[in-house]
Amino acid sequence: MAVIHDMIPDFELYQPESLDGALEVLDRHRDTAWVLAGGMDTFDWFKDRVKRPEAVVDLGAIPELSGISETDGGIEIGAMTPLTEVVENELVRERYSILAEAAETVATPQIRNQGTLGGNLVQDTRCWYYRAGWPCYRAGGNICYADTPESMNREHCIFDASRCVAVTPSDTAPALIALDAEMVIRGRRGERTVAAEDFFVGPAIDITRMTVLQPNEVLQSVRIPDTWAGADFYFEKVRDRNAWDFPLVNVASAMRVEDGVVQDCRLSVGAVSPVPLRMDRCEELLRGQRISEDIATRIAELGVIGAKPLRHNGYKVPLMRNLIRRAIRGQAPV
Amino acid sequence: MAKTLVGTDYVPPDLIEKITGRAKYAEDWRAEGMLFAKQLLSPMPHARVRNIDASAALEMDGVEAVLTADDLAEYMGEAGPLDERSLTNHPKYEGEPVLAVAATSEKIAADAIEKIKVDFEPLPFALDPLDSIAPGGADSLPDGNSIVRERTDTGVETVVRRVEWTAEDLATARGSDGEKGRMPEGVFQDEWTNGDLEKGFADADYIIDEPLFFQSVTHHPMEPRSCMAHWDGETCHLYPSTQSVAFTLLAGQGTVGVPPQNLVVHAEYTGGGFGSKIVGTSNMAVPVYLAKKTGKPVMHRVTRYEENYIGRARPGFQGWAKIGFKKNGRISAFDWAVIQDNGPYGRQSDMGTSGNMVSLTYQPESMRHRGLSIATNTPPRAPQRAPGGVQMSAMVEPLLDRAADHLGIDRLTIRQINIAKNGAKFGDGEGRNVTTAYVTEAWDRLAEMVDWEDAKARSGQMNGSKVTGVGLASSTYTAGSSGFDGLMLITPEGRLEIHTGIGNLGTHSYSDTARVAADLLDVPWEKVDMVWGDTGKGVPHTCVQAGSQTTHAITRATHAAATEMQTKLQEIAAQVHGGSASQYVVAGERVYRRGNRAAGLSLAQAAERAIEMGGRYDGTELNEGLSPITLGGAAVLKGRGLLAAAKDNYGRAGDVYSWVVAYAEIELDKETGVIELTDYKAVTDCGTVLNPRSLGGQLHGGAVQGFGCAVGQKWVYDPQWGIPFANRFYTARPATILDVPLEMEWDAVNMPDPNNPVGSKGIGEPPMGAGCASLLCAIQDALGQDTVAYLPLMTDHIINQLEGREQDSEFLAAHT
Repeated sequence: MAVIHDMIPDFELYQPESLDGALEVLDRHRDTAWVLAGGMDTFDWFKDRVKRPEAVVDLGAIPELSGISETDGGIEIGAMTPLTEVVENELVRERYSILAEAAETVATPQIRNQGTLGGNLVQDTRCWYYRAGWPCYRAGGNICYADTPESMNREHCIFDASRCVAVTPSDTAPALIALDAEMVIRGRRGERTVAAEDFFVGPAIDITRMTVLQPNEVLQSVRIPDTWAGADFYFEKVRDRNAWDFPLVNVASAMRVEDGVVQDCRLSVGAVSPVPLRMDRCEELLRGQRISEDIATRIAELGVIGAKPLRHNGYKVPLMRNLIRRAIRGQAPV
Repeated sequence: MAKTLVGTDYVPPDLIEKITGRAKYAEDWRAEGMLFAKQLLSPMPHARVRNIDASAALEMDGVEAVLTADDLAEYMGEAGPLDERSLTNHPKYEGEPVLAVAATSEKIAADAIEKIKVDFEPLPFALDPLDSIAPGGADSLPDGNSIVRERTDTGVETVVRRVEWTAEDLATARGSDGEKGRMPEGVFQDEWTNGDLEKGFADADYIIDEPLFFQSVTHHPMEPRSCMAHWDGETCHLYPSTQSVAFTLLAGQGTVGVPPQNLVVHAEYTGGGFGSKIVGTSNMAVPVYLAKKTGKPVMHRVTRYEENYIGRARPGFQGWAKIGFKKNGRISAFDWAVIQDNGPYGRQSDMGTSGNMVSLTYQPESMRHRGLSIATNTPPRAPQRAPGGVQMSAMVEPLLDRAADHLGIDRLTIRQINIAKNGAKFGDGEGRNVTTAYVTEAWDRLAEMVDWEDAKARSGQMNGSKVTGVGLASSTYTAGSSGFDGLMLITPEGRLEIHTGIGNLGTHSYSDTARVAADLLDVPWEKVDMVWGDTGKGVPHTCVQAGSQTTHAITRATHAAATEMQTKLQEIAAQVHGGSASQYVVAGERVYRRGNRAAGLSLAQAAERAIEMGGRYDGTELNEGLSPITLGGAAVLKGRGLLAAAKDNYGRAGDVYSWVVAYAEIELDKETGVIELTDYKAVTDCGTVLNPRSLGGQLHGGAVQGFGCAVGQKWVYDPQWGIPFANRFYTARPATILDVPLEMEWDAVNMPDPNNPVGSKGIGEPPMGAGCASLLCAIQDALGQDTVAYLPLMTDHIINQLEGREQDSEFLAAHT
């Protein structure tokens, strides 16, 4: 556990001006390196001396990682693009408003100015035991402090616990899953792409990481296809206060609806599992259905089947159910 | 007296400094050769330090000293077993400072802390008062679980005792078999009864018997309690974050072991305190004695994380209210019992005050108050904005609505029928009375502002999945003390220099109160110089900037000194121009014979004359009865002009209390539990309004603090390890600007209190309770009238309520 707080220890700071340069440094330092984006996740870890990398690679001076551009099949957003820019970008707002809405619920205006899209996606979990430096499974130990009979786990998961019960804190991740986005990853050996829903990994796969990123890799950009451009979108985040708060549950949906009948849809829920969940079973049931309160309710009930709440987070089950219901029926009146 | 300044908006003298960033808060000070301190905090909720090995740290380049509790004992004398010191070998909460390191940089100090080996012996700990008083429950202190003051042959002694309730009493209190808890008998420490409680309940047509819960809440002022210190020979210069400058000096012997004559306090700006920095802060001895040990200035910057631990907190209450209402809504009996989560040090007054607040606010025909204070291994408590009053308002106001609903009475009516009026009696044996209470007028004004009939019609209206809820609440608290000194000078430049020893917390009261003198002496505000925030520049004995005392107390003291100044001006004029002093008037920056403006002196000339005359005019001779600190302050100013120093000897016919009544309107989403506060309005009785803009800031700022308390802020402790998690701003969740309506309204009845020369009363305290309670009432209105007796009402609690689910935490469990 942290002995001293709020004092960043020494490290070597690298500020490469190219992605290749950054990757070279990361490859050299491997497990002892840390990738710095906006710093909104990083500096808490450093100040409490829980994470103590030898080398910090600041991506802030790499132009190719920032900006939003139109591509043949949609748009591409550099991972270092500030969240505020994502919120305000005309292309995003016109075609993929769900992403702008999700990004706008992140933290505070100040944090959105500094925080990046990539940072919001790859940030670490907010489990307070883990972040306080307790030697839990995720930190390399052999216990989950948040999953004992007396643990305080109001914010933790109701699905997919596997030794660890922490949840994904990202607001933009469910939106990008709903948009069928692709994560572009760069390493020394080149580029690889991963579907947004496969970008995140749960503790059953790797308990020490939240994403598929390897220590010598960088999230370069996010590609959003035009498949869902201009679709019917829904995003909602429930949190305890309107600023600087992570989701208790968030939901995102994209739907193509004709004459009230769902032609196709994608639905994702965050903060209920270690990874943002794609609700593919709900999607399957929803396709071909005429949207109604009854259908929304029935599919939402199915969506929470299998939830296993912990001692203090039983409320997440009805909350998730209600948010799925709202995502299906959109803004239609009750 | 001309009233051109009192009651009008103005630009406070510190505004430019603040908005340009030139204002120096505690951690902005720098001195040549200054070292930085960092602390090692206890990792356990209760432990004894068996050994400290700092050898590796002391060998580091840049490390200059390590300070331990043993060092403090050498400098300040041995601390009593129940005393709180800046450092301890017996930490009683996780996060209590054990030692400190001074180094040439904070980074080196932090690195050094990591190299120090401390051998802790873990001790049993208690986090929850009800758990502690259960049979066989853990004690928070070696000798028991309650700090009490007992009368002995030699006086009053503070001791620790174990309090234990029977299993039956606990079952009654907590509830069992699905039944809610109800009023327990148990063991209490404070108890008083007014009237015939049994008859009161017999006369009642409706009785509520409810358990109630109010969480412990950290103060979290924007500025943490950083502090710098350096020594100049035997004189210690202290640069703390403090609410009160003069009283930080006076309390110096107790807080840092330095008597007032050897201490200079520099504190021009403080970023809030809310009661947590009344006479400075608990960590001040760290820089003071590291500076002593090293012979260099030492800065101790306190982080938000550390602030959570050493920054004080409001005591939580596990409570019960049994209230009997007559058909017309009049309260015939009020049985009030609270267990106070006291933290590990001292004995907080909240529980006792809460009983007084019940008595005053609702004027019950009969009443019993009982209180029990249980020490826990959680951060130290201190008064926080209306201590005891906020808890009471938040816990009881929703119950009034429930009774009104049951009895078919309007919610405004039930409050008006139980209202306090001018001279209202209250407390144990109703031995106290207030001066003024224009609460009826405040409710009338609020009802008009919100159009109460219209607002009621909105209650329960659905907008999609959202339901509208409306709530009313009142809150009262002390609003002034008396008996302090004023100190001022007219300089040969013709300027009025007003010295004050109160702190500058951002409320503007340090200068609001000075405007009384400018009005009385008819000096334009542009020719008034405020001197504050530095005891080396001469300060009078002024009240602590706490408990909303300042406005009332210091307008009185300032008025007293200004009156003396007026008298001295008249005497000087009479000596120069003949006749009697009473023939002269002070106006238009002159003192002159009534009807003949030419026969007189300018203020500048009078000041020059005073210097020539000496004696009682230039401060060489001072009035009897002045406090030593005022005498010291006057000595600094002696010979610089015409000096006036006077004690407030005005009479007072009771205790001064201010009031706020408030209206909150919300939309509650029944599918997500999300609450949106859509409207808030408040009306106050705080006597004569001194500074309207600042008053509005207090009414709304206090309310926002209350909103956070109602729906967001709480501690979360892991009960197995005794360690808290909500220890930074984002986890502690105080309300933000995005959680409140952009526009909120306020008004004041503006009725003068005759016990003050300008009619003013303080206002800092009651806005928080009114904001907190009115929001809770609005939530209860939206959820249904049998819901709210618990704070904070966070999303999970509301969803569970809406879904008919059992709550995820036990109702009266603390820190969950």
